[in-house]
Amino acid sequence: MTGAKRAANQETISRAIFDHLVELAALELTPEEGDYLRRELNSQLKAIRELEAIEVDPGTPITSHGVPYTLETSPPLRPDEARPCAEAEEILAQAPETDGRYIVVPDIPHTDLE
Amino acid sequence: MTSSLCDLPAREIVRRVRSRECSAVDVLEATLARIRAVEGRSPRTSPYEPADSDREKVHAFITLTDGRARAQAEAVDRALAAGEDPGALAGIPLAVKDIFCVRGTLSTAGSRILENFVAPYTATPVERLEAAGAVTVGKVNLDEFTFGSSNESSAFLPPPGNPWDPRRVPGGSSGASAAAVAAGEAALSLGTDTAGSIRQPAAFCGVVGLKPTYGRVSRYGLIAFASSLDCPGPIARDVSDAALMLGIIAGADPRDATAAAVPVPDYLENLEAGVRGLRIGLSPDYFRIQVPGPGTGELREQAIAPEIEAAVRRAAGVLEQAGAVVIDDVPMPNTRFGIPAYFVVSRVEAASNLHRYDGVKYGYRYPEPVADLRQMYRRTRGQGFGPQPKLRILMGMYVSAEQYEKGYYQRALRVRTLIRSDFAKAFDPSGPYRLDALLTATTPTTAFELGAVYGDSVLMQYADLLTVPADHAGVPGLSIPAGLDSAGLPIGVQFLGPDFSEGMLLRIARAYEMATEGEAWRMARPRVLEIA
Repeated sequence: MTGAKRAANQETISRAIFDHLVELAALELTPEEGDYLRRELNSQLKAIRELEAIEVDPGTPITSHGVPYTLETSPPLRPDEARPCAEAEEILAQAPETDGRYIVVPDIPHTDLE
Repeated sequence: MTSSLCDLPAREIVRRVRSRECSAVDVLEATLARIRAVEGRSPRTSPYEPADSDREKVHAFITLTDGRARAQAEAVDRALAAGEDPGALAGIPLAVKDIFCVRGTLSTAGSRILENFVAPYTATPVERLEAAGAVTVGKVNLDEFTFGSSNESSAFLPPPGNPWDPRRVPGGSSGASAAAVAAGEAALSLGTDTAGSIRQPAAFCGVVGLKPTYGRVSRYGLIAFASSLDCPGPIARDVSDAALMLGIIAGADPRDATAAAVPVPDYLENLEAGVRGLRIGLSPDYFRIQVPGPGTGELREQAIAPEIEAAVRRAAGVLEQAGAVVIDDVPMPNTRFGIPAYFVVSRVEAASNLHRYDGVKYGYRYPEPVADLRQMYRRTRGQGFGPQPKLRILMGMYVSAEQYEKGYYQRALRVRTLIRSDFAKAFDPSGPYRLDALLTATTPTTAFELGAVYGDSVLMQYADLLTVPADHAGVPGLSIPAGLDSAGLPIGVQFLGPDFSEGMLLRIARAYEMATEGEAWRMARPRVLEIA
């Protein structure tokens, strides 16, 4: 691979794509952090590209978890019944800001649906 | 340092406590004394300046739960005095990886974003261990949200040191679990394995680590990383203790629909039945590996460390001597794709699981005034997450975004099928190999130095390349100590078997343990115990 080609490859995640991902991920980064993360993402993509080298028959089923669940090994569904939550106060006590039994958040920006 | 009650096997602790040769409180006192001797300063999120003295200590515990432990130990002793059954784990000191919720304790996931989170409920495996009489001495450090193979990515520093050489990493992500068990700070630890996070640190720290079959142990109360891969499991100092612990934590759970309804055998029952006639396989694909070259990142083929390969072949010889049939050259051709597929599958799942940390209902919230909710989200997550969660979220979004993804995710899931089919062929009872277990190295190298790999996220991920295939396939894997290298560092070998074959893997490992009982390396003790 030529140096230029390699450099192009390393830049698969350009600054613009990276900024879009950061926006989607709801993260705020310092510039130094952004540079490091983008560099690492591009090197990880290089490893991921190994997947392109594998001959995968399109008929190969996907595995979403390794072990198949049969009727015998799948746990039965729980009855659909309401149960009291004894820990409601403990759970509410974890919220960073509350007003009585409400959780307080900053203003939610107004968005017009297209 | 003289050995004490805290160095005994867990089963021996139970025997002594139950026969009232010693009390559960005595065991706890010995354990707390050991922790005081070897632990050093506690890991914290405040700015960290490494000191030379840090590199002589273990630094395993984010939170010591000594009050809870004392109450539990006293309850065991009270039950015994009243003639009641205190449980199968009576008095055993337990360290819980801080990725499990334990009611009333800080449950941090090694992250600033959960630094002050107090869990309102207890994870099923912890609940079962405590109900059986285990004494929870504390919550131990890990890579942030389990994302790493060295424990250096935790927000809580100093990072744990390897008890055999604290200038080296204990592995990860259950690194402090393995370190605590190796140093006698707990007899058992509950870890998790998503790409090797139980087995790799067990190998680095010279202890036993068992990744059960996916679904063998409930994930309820486990702070999720990659939900289709995460497996809680035991870390112990010997095979029998791992068997004892697995028997308690395994089994269906109405609170986790992926906890399989498969009966739990008595793992101790046939433990010493030997290996006569069992078929143990070796695969060239676990001896020659593909790793990124230094600097270029280009993949190149190389052998695993020669001393580790020798330990695997020696273990095969020992088992053959004990009556097993060793099958060479079992092809596992898709092993090399384990890490690339993992980079995709685990990141997509991690990104999804990490969306919940938003500063609203629990955990860290950016404390200063903000313009609106979105800015609060961005600042909270920007400051609450360290580099690893950020990387995983961003990669997860990239490979699953329609406009960028190039079919990576679907392809990775198909590659996962190929990896599982390697195992299916090797274990097929009517196939050419008919293996009861595959024997491989757990890691390509022994423990590396702190700072040697951290920062290079690709190289760090490749530390898991021998362990991750079992996670993709969902099959169980058991890593056991198999000697020391020339630097005196532990070497681990692992047995991989078919779904729900934990009993068989434990039996094979126990046979190896018995056959090598008298070997000189088994007398060696971690350096941290010599210098404390």
